[in-house]
Amino acid sequence: MTYEELIKETALADERIVVMTAENRALIRNLPAVLGPRFIDTGITEQTLIGAAAGLALRGRVPILHALATFLTLRAFEFIRTDVGIGQLPVKLSGFVPGFLSDGNGPTHQAIEDVSLMRGIPGMTVFAPADEADMLAMLPAIWASPSPAYVRVNTRPATYEHAPFEIGKAEIVAEGTDITILTYGMLFEQTMVARELLQAQGKSVGLVNLRSLKPIDEAALLDVVRRGSLIVTVEDHFVTGGLFSILAEVLLRNQLTARVLPLALEERWYRPGRLSAVLEYEGFTGRHIARRIAEHLGESGAAITPGPAVLENQFAE
Amino acid sequence: MTNTKRQELSDRALKVREHIVRLSTNGGCFTGASLSCADLLVYLYSDFLNVRPDNLTDPTRDYLFLSKGHDVPALYGTFVELGFIDKARLDHHLSTDDHIYWHPNRNVPGVEFHSGSLGHLPGVALGVAMDCRMRGQDNKVIVITGDGELNEGTVWESLLVASAHQVNNLTLVVDRNHFQANVATEDLIPLEPLAPKFEAFGCEVRRIDGHDFAQLEEAFSALPFSDTKPSVIICDTVRGRGLPSIEARADRWFCNFSADEVTELLKELHSQEATKLTSETLTVR
Repeated sequence: MTYEELIKETALADERIVVMTAENRALIRNLPAVLGPRFIDTGITEQTLIGAAAGLALRGRVPILHALATFLTLRAFEFIRTDVGIGQLPVKLSGFVPGFLSDGNGPTHQAIEDVSLMRGIPGMTVFAPADEADMLAMLPAIWASPSPAYVRVNTRPATYEHAPFEIGKAEIVAEGTDITILTYGMLFEQTMVARELLQAQGKSVGLVNLRSLKPIDEAALLDVVRRGSLIVTVEDHFVTGGLFSILAEVLLRNQLTARVLPLALEERWYRPGRLSAVLEYEGFTGRHIARRIAEHLGESGAAITPGPAVLENQFAE
Repeated sequence: MTNTKRQELSDRALKVREHIVRLSTNGGCFTGASLSCADLLVYLYSDFLNVRPDNLTDPTRDYLFLSKGHDVPALYGTFVELGFIDKARLDHHLSTDDHIYWHPNRNVPGVEFHSGSLGHLPGVALGVAMDCRMRGQDNKVIVITGDGELNEGTVWESLLVASAHQVNNLTLVVDRNHFQANVATEDLIPLEPLAPKFEAFGCEVRRIDGHDFAQLEEAFSALPFSDTKPSVIICDTVRGRGLPSIEARADRWFCNFSADEVTELLKELHSQEATKLTSETLTVR
């Protein structure tokens, strides 16, 4: 099953589903022929795309919007906030090539504030699957919910067998007493590598795939905090407004404190290139993540060996 | 249009203008912009749209989207006169115990969607029109924009898309009162020649006097203007229409009058109407 096949199956089984795009067809080329008038391409018009989706939702439709994450969340931000947010309409936003996945495009295409923006809209839900299998496990519940939703589309092959998904629940991959890595989206596979490398150094390392960033699994975060390990938030997002901020909000709301190392993008866009080169340059391969954590603990990262090569991204759209 | 019908619409529009003037105090409202579209809204809800207080959830009803949301006092007044809402609700203007404020919202029966941020509802109306067509229904979908609102790119973007998808059940109506917020449109972002702009975006266009009920009837009765194109009706109007003391004044967009001023303006409204009726009667005779 692919993302496109899941959309097709869901739409064929549910007349309410309308698939829309702002001419971003790389992942959904076969849908126009199958869905006929329920496939609507508005051209390169993200704002009108959102407005029309709101109109369709007013009439009882559930529009699934597939468009580039940056232009969808940034160009059309006020339309999402005003038409979908104030309207509390079940519009489902699929943001393509979010975070590091826009690899070689450059800063214009880097959606690295999308989580921050979308979660700031009252009633909006926000999700970031770790890979394609995770995404396919998550989407049916997200589409079935009456809430507006934003999903960071991620079609990278799975390196882990994921548990069934529930909105608002994190996936606890491992528990650890020295370090716990919290992450979401495409960096999950690199944190898996980082975990193994650190375990090989004798550390006990926990790993949590957040999946649902809003609603957030507060109980899972509080469990991690109570365990007392160093917490490392790893995200392809600006450090402001993403997972590090979410964790800080949860800590403060509960009058708690913790040792936290944020690995995120600080006050700048990332250097464009092929995905493997970006992760190397920005320090987000499994090995880099492991080394940065070791160094934060005052240890040398020199003994940490390289992990497997990073699989390159397949899409240029 | 018969004289009886015109008289009935004129009487109703006068009452709507009274509501607008009465809302222009204790915090005020966008008086000038509301007065310019009062005749249009009275005509549409009285005589054209299949929208009544008893069919507001019927999916086969017609839709009117007020994209130019700051003229909502004209909509409130029309809704009171046609029984959509109680007149008493207008006493709660700008009170937090009701939802009667400077822009439309769906807590007011008859309001299809909230607006206020300009350039939003052409897209929303487009989505509704597409869905009506997808379901084989012939609902009319009208979206009213201001003329200053035409500065917003999304108005044009929506028309490009509507035109590409041949959404001919969508009609965009421009309340062409020749003013943006603070400045005459032609002094800031000139719009003329306006009709050819819409034509160039693939629309079928008519231009009428937006205060003339007979012209409104003639134009709207001819919808859709095309089997393949969206329709546009440019209504030439006067900002502040009905009150010569504020008509076509750049500084009468938002008004917050004193109680005494409201009394004077209501007198002015009625004397104006009396003069107009006399001259119309003379013309007819």
